[in-house]
Amino acid sequence: MKLITVSGPPSSGKTSVIGKTIEALEKKAIELAVIKFDCLSTADELIYEKKGIKTKLGLSGSLCPDHYFVNNIDACFHWGLKENVAILITESAGLCNRCSPHIKGVLSVCVIDNLSGCHTPKKIGPMLKFADIVVITKGDIVSQAEREVFAYNVKIVNPKAKILHINGITGQGAAELGRLFFSANDYENLDDKKLRFTMPAALCSYCLGETMIGKDYHIGNVKNMKL
Amino acid sequence: MEGSWQLKNPYNFLTEMGFDLPDKNQSLDQYFDFIDDDMLEDMGTNKEMIYASYNALHEQFEEEPDVKVKSILIKGGFNKDGEKESIDILLKPGEIVSLVGPTGSGKSRLLADIEWLAQADTPTGRVIVINGILPDESKRYSFDEKLISQLSQNMNFVMDANVEEFIRMHAESRNIKQIDEVLETIIKHANDLAGEPFSLETPLTALSGGQSRALMIVDVAFLSKSPIVLIDEIENAGIDRRKAMEFLVNAEKIILIATHDPVLALMANRRLVIRNGGMYKIIESDESEKKVLDKLEKRDRETQKIRNALREGQKVQCD
Repeated sequence: MKLITVSGPPSSGKTSVIGKTIEALEKKAIELAVIKFDCLSTADELIYEKKGIKTKLGLSGSLCPDHYFVNNIDACFHWGLKENVAILITESAGLCNRCSPHIKGVLSVCVIDNLSGCHTPKKIGPMLKFADIVVITKGDIVSQAEREVFAYNVKIVNPKAKILHINGITGQGAAELGRLFFSANDYENLDDKKLRFTMPAALCSYCLGETMIGKDYHIGNVKNMKL
Repeated sequence: MEGSWQLKNPYNFLTEMGFDLPDKNQSLDQYFDFIDDDMLEDMGTNKEMIYASYNALHEQFEEEPDVKVKSILIKGGFNKDGEKESIDILLKPGEIVSLVGPTGSGKSRLLADIEWLAQADTPTGRVIVINGILPDESKRYSFDEKLISQLSQNMNFVMDANVEEFIRMHAESRNIKQIDEVLETIIKHANDLAGEPFSLETPLTALSGGQSRALMIVDVAFLSKSPIVLIDEIENAGIDRRKAMEFLVNAEKIILIATHDPVLALMANRRLVIRNGGMYKIIESDESEKKVLDKLEKRDRETQKIRNALREGQKVQCD
């Protein structure tokens, strides 16, 4: 089974890009499924179901969604195998820009949008810097110059990535992404696979439910701001 | 300028990324003696990525391979019913071709094929040939953004900057040295197109629809490297469209206009008719059509006159 991890900041167009790409792939009649990871709630699984795409939803609740992702990806992979899926796509929201859901050897896609501003590529961590493919969306509503500066900044932070421009509404460019999905590696399991980069860390009193403010309550992995 | 990647010394490069460094004027290697793994992890990067990024920044300034596109041949594939397209079309710099056809007929698909440099590997099976040779796989990505620039009336400036800062940022990303000259040229020509004057200090967000479009068109003509310009409708109101086309033609662009607007469609020497996902036929614009265009343009000018009169608080009446 081929596994593809798709990540990107909230509302950057991940669901639209995946939806349009699957539409483009469907003519090839292969079994596809999407696993949607999110935090509190989402209606995206309904969007997929409406399109007739097999979907599973994982909500991380109060946990870091990235950690939740990596704790569940193995089980998701097995589910995909059991369901005879040929291409399994995971969609995870990069909520803090320090997310790092990409796995070595597994095709990784980061979706970012032109509306987020020209300097945004510089502010995004491993999910952009270590992606194989960077999809840039919403190019139809900003000026050509801003599009060029944006793509240029992506290229500087991740020189190796292939950059694709996809219009999530018309689907322009999605067929090309679909073609790249076929180049993803096939795996029988995820044994011995490693993350491309460490995930955001946290292990302090607040992780365990502390709500009081003040030095006396800071326990664990704590970092102090330089003022 | 703040936030620009133009600053090339290692100190600026790293501090801009967010690293807190003690001394200036050290080499990247020297800084790495100071930067430990924890710092790298905090920033979500590693040494290898920083070197790659730093090198990419410099290569961008050194090579800038000038892709001179002399011709683009679109070889017919298949329409939505799988029937063979009977025509090929050859596009050359300085020419205007309009794409006509109902919504959903396949104009976007054709443009996507060009952008992707399709090699019979898209749903249409079309093949794009540049300068008479098939682009190889590695080239396909090196062209990336560079092949087609787009203009449409749905586009806005979202940047929080004034006109000068905006032009500088674009010029810097293109490694253009004579920025002051470019600034002058762009503001002058954009004002020629726009009707209502604006200056280098005007914030982008304060520009009117017509002024924004004028600035975008002139910016594409003078600062965008893409050999092809795709125009997906531009406003009728308050902008000299004929002059706009002249700028782009003089900049040796291949101009494709996907439009339902008769004036724009008729400005092209040739019209490519798209039907049912396929290139259906090519119509050459002749003298009698030019007369229709003249008539429409005359009407446009009259409307413009009335618009200006109303804007200036005058009364209007029939001749």
